[in-house]
Amino acid sequence: MYTAGIDMGARSVKVVFLEELKVEGAPQLKWGVKKTHIMFPEDLDMDVAAEKAYTEALQLAGLAREAVGRVVATGAGRKQVKFAQDNVTEVSAGARGAVFMHPSARTVIDVGAEEGRGIKAAPDGKVVDFAGNEKCAAGAGAFAESMSRALQLSLKDFGEASLRSEKTIPMNAQCTVFAESEVVSLIHANTPKEDIAKAVLDAVASRVCAMARRVGIEEDVVLIGGMVHNPGFVRSLQGALGVDRVLLPDLPEYVGALGAALIAAEIH
Amino acid sequence: MIANYGYKDGSGEYYISIDTDKCLQCPVEQACTRACPKNMFEIITDDYDDQVAAIKQAHRRTLAYDCTACKPAGGYASLPCASACTAGAIKHSW
Amino acid sequence: MTTSAFATTAATAGEKKEYWRWEESAWVDETMNWRDAKFITAGIDVGSVSSQAVVVCDGKLFGYSSMRTGSNSPDSARNAIKAVIEKCGMTLDNIHFVVGTGYGRVNVPFAHKAITEIACHARGANFMGGSAIRTILDMGGQDCKAIHCDEKGKVTNFLMNDKCAAGTGRGMEVIADLMQIPIAELGPRSFDVDEEPAAVSSVCVVFAKSEALGLLKAGWSKNKVVAAYCQAMAERVVALLERIGVEKEFFITGGIAKNPGVVRRIERILKLEAVKTKYDSQIAGALGAALFGYTLVQKQGVPAKAAAS
Repeated sequence: MYTAGIDMGARSVKVVFLEELKVEGAPQLKWGVKKTHIMFPEDLDMDVAAEKAYTEALQLAGLAREAVGRVVATGAGRKQVKFAQDNVTEVSAGARGAVFMHPSARTVIDVGAEEGRGIKAAPDGKVVDFAGNEKCAAGAGAFAESMSRALQLSLKDFGEASLRSEKTIPMNAQCTVFAESEVVSLIHANTPKEDIAKAVLDAVASRVCAMARRVGIEEDVVLIGGMVHNPGFVRSLQGALGVDRVLLPDLPEYVGALGAALIAAEIH
Repeated sequence: MIANYGYKDGSGEYYISIDTDKCLQCPVEQACTRACPKNMFEIITDDYDDQVAAIKQAHRRTLAYDCTACKPAGGYASLPCASACTAGAIKHSW
Repeated sequence: MTTSAFATTAATAGEKKEYWRWEESAWVDETMNWRDAKFITAGIDVGSVSSQAVVVCDGKLFGYSSMRTGSNSPDSARNAIKAVIEKCGMTLDNIHFVVGTGYGRVNVPFAHKAITEIACHARGANFMGGSAIRTILDMGGQDCKAIHCDEKGKVTNFLMNDKCAAGTGRGMEVIADLMQIPIAELGPRSFDVDEEPAAVSSVCVVFAKSEALGLLKAGWSKNKVVAAYCQAMAERVVALLERIGVEKEFFITGGIAKNPGVVRRIERILKLEAVKTKYDSQIAGALGAALFGYTLVQKQGVPAKAAAS
């Protein structure tokens, strides 16, 4: 028996199929995961994109539509997934998926391009409390993305550059738009790119950390969302949180879809 | 004068308002400056030459983050700054 | 072939238009003679984007300049005062008292005193719009202020937002650049639409930018996108004004007063028309500062030390 989790983002769909395996008589969830990540053009309607992606994912996984007992959707476009029986918020799905991958995690920090949030999770992956800074680019990956463009570096090179710096330069501007001018003046003052990169990532980390403090930081801490791929940010976050380690999931893109699939398995 | 320090951004509106007329005869010897765990209050001479409380410049753009210690996500009962000011000059917008 | 392709790119880059540019200006009241005045005072408002200098003779507006702010405040202040005194045909020595205001107010080298822009804008608006003014909106290059004042132009309630670019002139510049429409044309073009669109939903300028691009892709005209953006800005500013309470009469200062696309939408939401003025809306802060200077010099007399340049 399979369940499916579908994470409907703004420009991509992630699908995870979860197989429920019987182990020693008792039903137990095994991570028999089949996953698919499909990008779609922006002008495609979300419900059409969801249907197309799901059909493609079933084919890639070699599964018949009937083999999947239950589909739960998550992500910004979760309500457009017409064939899902249920939908859950990114917060619930993210926490569930993250704690499944790292059972010791009690604090889940989710930093994507457009939002940053701190989630306090129970041992079963349920959300106890969360605090977010949505709809302002300053507390999210978009801030770093925007500054990396000002430095003419890819986000990846930007993160790596920051690792080469040990300097702490405070950024005065809180707003992404104003910070761009501040970065430009730092460039004009011949500040090394790696120092600027670290200053930017430290700034995002301190904002995200302040949000996480509202829910209380309990170890272990796991980071999910797009910023997982940015080792410079991970270091800045460790520093801001004052913890020795921040856990990272193996398949960061699929945490939300996995969480939705797990929730689907629990409710069916 | 009611001085509102703070900002509004995409994530919300964060203002601490200080009714500075109530600062003129402060009943608690500027307790706000000692009550805030982040030490965010200061006494200034305003444009009309009155001695009044204000939020320090460095904190005016970061209130959402700076006040988090007193505002857990699960809800909060009383704020140290607003409680210390018995004149009732200090209010938070969020 | 390759070479010519490069040449084309270079030429395009060289011609890149600065859609956010605006014109510097200076003005003098030709009917007045400063030599007749007992006290001549000046106000300098060093803002993040523009700097103004105003000369007041016995409490009457004599001349002003509005210049771009340079890389540092002292030079910007000198540049602004130079433009106005040249226009007025006087020297700095003829000015009895100088008050600095604005974000760079403490860095005006020849000022005798610094006063916050909140107090100065209220004072300036009281002069420009009359003593019935109670609510003032100042939208500058990098901030937005909502002020409530009494009949003397004394501030009774204020708030300022300089943390976030949304609802500031900077937010408008970003959209001008994105749409490649000169900033002065944004307002008029925002009314050249078949029907008024709903506001852009994102507050954050970064997200509003992606939203605007999405709307263009979805087939919206540039004018319609600009209209949706102006409406968003108006709604946002009104929310700030409502925090301090809107009371008649209403006055708008700062660069945004020159953008009818935002002003008329604010008036529409508030159902209240802003008082019009014959003066340049951007000089309110510097004018208020000069008027504060006039009050001070009447009270304390001319300072012994002449203003140093």
